[in-house]
Amino acid sequence: MTIEIERPSVGLSKVAVSETHCEKSPYFAGWRAYDENPYDELCNPSGVIQMGLAENQVSLDLVEKYLQKPADNGSTTVGFRENALFQDYHGLQAFRKAMASFMEQIRGGRAKFDPDRVVITAGATAANELLTFILADPGDAMLIPTPYYPGFDRDLRWRTGANIVPVHCDSSNDFDITPEALEAAYREAESKNIKVRGMLITNPSNPLGITIKRSTLEDILDFVTRKNIHLVSDEIFSGSAFSSEDFVSVAEIVEARNYEDSERVHIVYSLSKDLGLPGFRVGTIYSYNDKVVTTARRMSSFTLISSQTQHLLALMLSDKSFTENYIKTNRQRLKKRYQKIIDGLKGVGIECLRGNAGLFCWMNLSSLLEKPTKEQELALWKLILHEVKINISPGSSCHCSEPGWFRVCFANMSEQTLEVALRRIHEFMDRRNNVKSFDVYSSDQLFSS
Amino acid sequence: MTGTPRAEPKESNRSPTRTGMRLIVPLQGIVQGRGGLILGSLIPCTLFYFLQFYLKRHRSPPQNPPSRSTSAANLSELQRSSSRANLLARGSTGRAHVSARVSSIAKPNDSPYYIGLDRVREDPYDEMGNPDGVIQLGLSENRLSLDLIEEWLSKNCTDSILGVGGDALGINGIATYQPMDGLMEFKVAMADFMTEVMERKVSFDPSRVVVTSGATPALEILSFCLADHGNAFLVPAPYYPGFDRDIRWRAGVELIPVHCRSCDNFTLSITALEQAFNQARKRGQKVRGILISNPANPVGNMLNKDLLYDLLDFARERNIHIISDEIFAGSTYGNEEFVSMAEIADSEDADKDRVHIIYGLSKDFSIPGFRVGVIYSFNKSVLAASRKLTRFSSVSTATQHLLVSMLSDKRFIQEYLKTNKQRIRSMYDLFVAGLRELGVECTKSSGGLYCWVDLSRLISPYNEKGELDLWDKLLNRAKLNVTPGSACHCIEPGWFRFCFTTLNEKEIPLVMERMRKVVESCKPSV
Repeated sequence: MTIEIERPSVGLSKVAVSETHCEKSPYFAGWRAYDENPYDELCNPSGVIQMGLAENQVSLDLVEKYLQKPADNGSTTVGFRENALFQDYHGLQAFRKAMASFMEQIRGGRAKFDPDRVVITAGATAANELLTFILADPGDAMLIPTPYYPGFDRDLRWRTGANIVPVHCDSSNDFDITPEALEAAYREAESKNIKVRGMLITNPSNPLGITIKRSTLEDILDFVTRKNIHLVSDEIFSGSAFSSEDFVSVAEIVEARNYEDSERVHIVYSLSKDLGLPGFRVGTIYSYNDKVVTTARRMSSFTLISSQTQHLLALMLSDKSFTENYIKTNRQRLKKRYQKIIDGLKGVGIECLRGNAGLFCWMNLSSLLEKPTKEQELALWKLILHEVKINISPGSSCHCSEPGWFRVCFANMSEQTLEVALRRIHEFMDRRNNVKSFDVYSSDQLFSS
Repeated sequence: MTGTPRAEPKESNRSPTRTGMRLIVPLQGIVQGRGGLILGSLIPCTLFYFLQFYLKRHRSPPQNPPSRSTSAANLSELQRSSSRANLLARGSTGRAHVSARVSSIAKPNDSPYYIGLDRVREDPYDEMGNPDGVIQLGLSENRLSLDLIEEWLSKNCTDSILGVGGDALGINGIATYQPMDGLMEFKVAMADFMTEVMERKVSFDPSRVVVTSGATPALEILSFCLADHGNAFLVPAPYYPGFDRDIRWRAGVELIPVHCRSCDNFTLSITALEQAFNQARKRGQKVRGILISNPANPVGNMLNKDLLYDLLDFARERNIHIISDEIFAGSTYGNEEFVSMAEIADSEDADKDRVHIIYGLSKDFSIPGFRVGVIYSFNKSVLAASRKLTRFSSVSTATQHLLVSMLSDKRFIQEYLKTNKQRIRSMYDLFVAGLRELGVECTKSSGGLYCWVDLSRLISPYNEKGELDLWDKLLNRAKLNVTPGSACHCIEPGWFRFCFTTLNEKEIPLVMERMRKVVESCKPSV
């Protein structure tokens, strides 16, 4: 009889085995449920409707039309040689110019962007990680207002070794970020001997779907200046504000202050949300700090955009007739879509935070919870996933301190699908209300998965 | 990789400690006579700190805001956030802290490898426009077969701005989030391409392919997965200068060179590997793997089957990984056959878990701009972790679709690979013959886009300084950008990497003419 000797398997790093990729979070677990049983109008009408992914498909037809029009100069072959060999981490100048001008257009010309400060990355995910590598050493922290996009837990912490310290916001003031909350978070970090290196805000906010007020931005800028830390403003949804005037970019504040202390300000942008083109993997860092620009450029070697894609997008984004029409139409359609879902939810007594931007709404289901706890919230989330067959994102996965809030995406589907989703929610609420009036079932049964 | 366009000013030499010392030392002189050495230091320092403390409390509000500067023209001094620096900071808020990584990454390029690339950017040779410009022989880029790809594109492109693949792509291909580690059809296409490149001696499995935006992030991701910060890889030297960046910058893995010598034709010896491993262990450095490039860069030799088997044994005995960077596998021109580490791993029954391969389209397929790299691993856990990490280094689906169309045209690919190899071979022969006429010899090589040239008898003194003097002469007088061995951590001075695939045949005589002038001007060292 042979004796099996257990050979030690070859070791992997801490990064490789860590769970910081967060894929166990309900945020991502819901996606898996959708993948296993995706809704399709014809083939799978009882499948799970995905409302947990912030994708923008409402204006795709405009992009489609543009991309399929005949290239007037055989653009794929012309310049092929240069594109094929071009791997300079500065990025194509034409592309940087086009991005800078597109960002200006989105802000209604209220801020200027210098193409030489644009650093390209393969997506905003890479941009946020890269900035964290630059601004923080392992163990240092970034302050982030809650609730925030669950991906930050992974993007800002996994390989960088940095920490996140939450700045708590709540519904008492519509989740506005207050100076008190900022100071409290900073003190908390200090008490744990954690060095805070910067603050990351998402404006317009994900998952809240609101733009940050000008006065709040001023307060935040004052705060980071006082503490001598950085400010990263992730403005990835800036083109998805329902009206251009509603959105104030930190770039506008910086300019109004004549660039005083601007070296601590950095903006992240991407085409994945506003333009609905996540497949292109296009992100940018815009920094007012020369050293950060230089370092980010060099680090971007790990995350460059293919020159072919840069070339294509340079053409698209510098086509003013296309971009002006797109930005305007996209805003209108998102607003309409938002109104539709808000009305639909209101019809069954569900309130949402008053939103003015983004691809989602922030829905309040706290009245459906027996007890205001995270466990109850997750139980409700599971119920909605398995019974109503809708995947939405529970607030706890976004680190919301108040249980019962959910992010519901509405832009990643057709209008018909949205109607189906609303109908299902109606039916769910009807069932609940009927049940409540008969008081037949115990609440435990209701909330069991 | 090409470098930055403008010259970057040196960082200021002024440092907080220097100013402080200027105050303390004279004070020490005054007190020392009275209170002895300890008090003589203690009292002035204490007085000094109290002075700073007083000044800090009564400091006026900040003065002029920093003027808006253009990129690279105004590199600010790195502000350390130690208490000492805060005492001496100008203005009540100093600059916000940046991480410790930044100073080494942002500093002006001091490696000849990067300086040379910058010089070419500033003053590139052009037959018509700039005949006295710097000729690029320092970037392993292949321009010999781009026409074949151009031809394919013009025959197969649709009219739309997306070009070929646009229809198959449909808007939804780019409008929705796709798997970050590559579309399935692209992984299949890459696996097939790799199989074809390695002449079907091994069959690559698409489920083991992870797609990244270039080989650079592929290597970084593997480094993050296989080693912790502070661990080390053994690397045969001379090696590609980019490894220092790819592996050390963010993953923080050290590279321990295992020196190869001209007497062995720069072939890796297992004895040297063992020595390096043992020395590392004595130093308390944890070695997690061996990184080989095969065909080797910058030497251009190939590791034969026996050596690869020996390497796997070595790795197995010490329970470490092997990363085989095979990015030049399709760019072979010698009579030797290329053997992939995958072939070795395939033949062993067990123990594949430690084998990982890096590949990409930048060299064999001449499209570095498209940013396509591959991690190919036999280790399920490494694959799982790598896949998740590709979100930071992913390839656009539009690019993937375009390439799927191209790579699936099997006849085109076979034709391309064959013709490309022939052209590399011709250029190599012409180039080496040209150098030989000048009395300059190269190592016998059989792969890669470059040759490893022996200029050791032209340098004086016979050391790194002599080598860099010659490099400088070549760059600034002969206007030839080549890579000196020291930039590649070569232990023997006087060796240079000359890439010849950036040239066309007509340019070889021009290069040789410029070389001749340098060769003649250097007295061979006695």
